[in-house]
Amino acid sequence: MKRVSVQTEDFDPATAQSALEALHPGAISSFIGLVRNDGGIIAMTLEHYPGMTHAALTALADEASTRWPLQGVVIIHRYGRLVPGDRIVHIATASPHRAAAMDACAFLIDRLKTDAPFWKKEERADGSAAWVQAKGSDDAAAERWQN
Amino acid sequence: MVRLVYFAWVREQIGVAEEDVDLPASLITVADLAQWIAPRGSGYATAFADLAKLRCALDQVVVPFSTAIGEAKEIAFFPPVTGG
Repeated sequence: MKRVSVQTEDFDPATAQSALEALHPGAISSFIGLVRNDGGIIAMTLEHYPGMTHAALTALADEASTRWPLQGVVIIHRYGRLVPGDRIVHIATASPHRAAAMDACAFLIDRLKTDAPFWKKEERADGSAAWVQAKGSDDAAAERWQN
Repeated sequence: MVRLVYFAWVREQIGVAEEDVDLPASLITVADLAQWIAPRGSGYATAFADLAKLRCALDQVVVPFSTAIGEAKEIAFFPPVTGG
């Protein structure tokens, strides 16, 4: 089972979990990314590249499925304007065993951060707004999955 | 005729999200295109001033700037991605 969604609306993590449980795996691993309550940030707007985004996420799901024995993969990523505490991304993987589920989940979020065409712009309480800069630590996290 | 599309601060600096342009046959690579389009205006010049800060995609596949444009129909320019 492979489910990829790029959407503005919120998601219920329980929905993906139930869908994966129905596959009778031995393990489900899940990652949820939220808008941080960082000093002074009142909102964040996520822009993406329609057309490319879904294909990029699907390619990552397919790559994870070739590297680990997965019974199911769910990737949901929101775009638009979000406020601190809002859910941004949900990744969930199901496998017969925990190591594959957890490794595949970590692989997907690490590679999503360097491969999926999303951009964040942060708004601050003083009315200023700035695009978030890509971090070298994200590149390093993605590179550890090479080979 | 190719469609150029821009995202994030590249889009903001240039002032349009996308445009259709006729490329001179002399342009071979994406880097050639970036150099050709930069003098179009101050926003372009700023956006394309440092290619190290940009990424590009040919027909929605990320490629290096040294890649030949070939028969691409859509060429995108954007900053390094920051999703997740």
